[in-house]
Amino acid sequence: MDKTEKMNRTANPTFEVLKLLEENARYSYSEISEITGLKEEEVKKIIKKSEEEKSILKYKAIIDWEKLGEEFVVAVIDVRVNLTREKNYDDIARRIAKFPEVHAVRLISGEYDFQVVVKGKSLKEVSVFISEKISTLPEVRDTNTHFVLKTYKEEGVLLFSDEEDRRLAIVP
Amino acid sequence: MKDEMDEMEDMEKMRKIGEKGKRSKLRVNEKLLEIKPSGIRKFFDLIIGRDDVISLGVGEPDFPTPWRIREEMIYSLERGITSYTSNYGLEELREEICRYYTKFGVESQPSNVVVTSGVSEGFDLAIRSIVSPGDFVLIPDPCYVSYEPLSTLAGGRVISIPTSPSFRLNYEMIMEHSKGIDSKVLILNYPANPTGVSYSKKELEEIADAVIERDMIVVSDEIYAELSYKFPHKSIASLEGMQDRTIILNGFSKSFAMTGMRIGYVMAPDDIIDAILKIHQYSMLCAPTTAQIGAIEALRNGEDELEMMRAEYLRRRNFFVRKLRNYLEIRKPEGAFYAFPSIVETGLTSEEFAEKLLLEKNVAVVPGNAFGESGEGFVRCAYAVSMDRLREAVERIIEFVESLK
Repeated sequence: MDKTEKMNRTANPTFEVLKLLEENARYSYSEISEITGLKEEEVKKIIKKSEEEKSILKYKAIIDWEKLGEEFVVAVIDVRVNLTREKNYDDIARRIAKFPEVHAVRLISGEYDFQVVVKGKSLKEVSVFISEKISTLPEVRDTNTHFVLKTYKEEGVLLFSDEEDRRLAIVP
Repeated sequence: MKDEMDEMEDMEKMRKIGEKGKRSKLRVNEKLLEIKPSGIRKFFDLIIGRDDVISLGVGEPDFPTPWRIREEMIYSLERGITSYTSNYGLEELREEICRYYTKFGVESQPSNVVVTSGVSEGFDLAIRSIVSPGDFVLIPDPCYVSYEPLSTLAGGRVISIPTSPSFRLNYEMIMEHSKGIDSKVLILNYPANPTGVSYSKKELEEIADAVIERDMIVVSDEIYAELSYKFPHKSIASLEGMQDRTIILNGFSKSFAMTGMRIGYVMAPDDIIDAILKIHQYSMLCAPTTAQIGAIEALRNGEDELEMMRAEYLRRRNFFVRKLRNYLEIRKPEGAFYAFPSIVETGLTSEEFAEKLLLEKNVAVVPGNAFGESGEGFVRCAYAVSMDRLREAVERIIEFVESLK
């Protein structure tokens, strides 16, 4: 095997395997082996190790719930906090993140400190959660809530029907 | 019923015209009588109207043009950039092309570049600019479908060089087929359609030796240059003494998934580029302006998307070849997005294999003989389809091959 091919194949086998899984978590060991050229045993080992080391956090499906007519509400909340000696960003973030209603928590630059994504069944449920659980945290100075009206792209996946394949069936 | 009546009326009309003014002359260019109809056409008609066909017969990327390139073209339309460009093409684009081509080992000037409507036009220009009636044109067989007809149309005498079963053109083959004739042109295409073969620097040097020894010009179709998996692509023009005898053809169709934009370029020595421009300025005037704008964006900012597509083709190639090699004799292609397995062991001809596979398993491949006699015994499978479709296709092909045993 020559240079580039080797490079393509084994520059970082872990990365190559994880990239494939990130695209499609349902690839089988044998398929990953066929695509990458790594031995099936090697693929198994890499995946097991990544799971143990928690570089693979979880396998899940991206579902277009709106399409299924499921009623739900997503809110993006900007949160500004007061830091103290006892409570730094990490402490506050962990406290917020533990609520199952909270979908994502990110420390951000700009006017606010955190961006919190909350998911709930109704506008009321989400509002109550924010006013009772987030705003009342002693470190929270103020919040700014944006309710999501429509999602167009999620986790890199377009949620609208994209261009179809218009190619002719046979092209020389 | 209505159709039938229309047809009868039409026939009646034709009969009357026939009576009145019987044609006595051949109306079409007689050169065209020498040109065989495309072998692919017949196959194409077979597919029409069939549902659920997975086509591995498509010689173009399954990716749409990267969005940033499309967006740039849309923006140019909004700004009203819709006029002709210079015959050569936009200066900015030709500068970018020269900068870009250094990666394949060639240093050139914008004045040696003409922007064309794809490599298809580029090839036609190259041939017409150098071939005088009766000149010998050497073409490896199998090869892309347009080389032979366009060379014939230009008045060239085509010498086919059979390359089966290795499909690697070499010094001996060229010398053997140019013996005793004043050969003028060698057509080269690598990575190659339909075989996926590409050449290392050492192999190119051998080919160049034969070209120089026979004092020929090379028309080098490098449209798949970016899709080279085994070694980085080198242009034959980068070899010593070769730039002055090479016409490089390349474009944006395959590397940047811009097939429908019809945009490519020719890079050639001074005298030849002048000749090329003479034809291009009268036949095409200039390549589509919108596509030229897109091409600039592709060369400036398209590298990441190109790399993403290349990586995806490589994965598919690996998958396809590894799956199929237990059932059919198949070499690992070094480039492009074609695999060219041998189907000789099935006892079928290329056409029989392709037709049966389509009718029985709804998978379309292209019979190898559509690309020249040397392609007989092989079929071209384009892996420019999503991994899911490719998986399904490969399973159907395997079922089919097993059923023949």
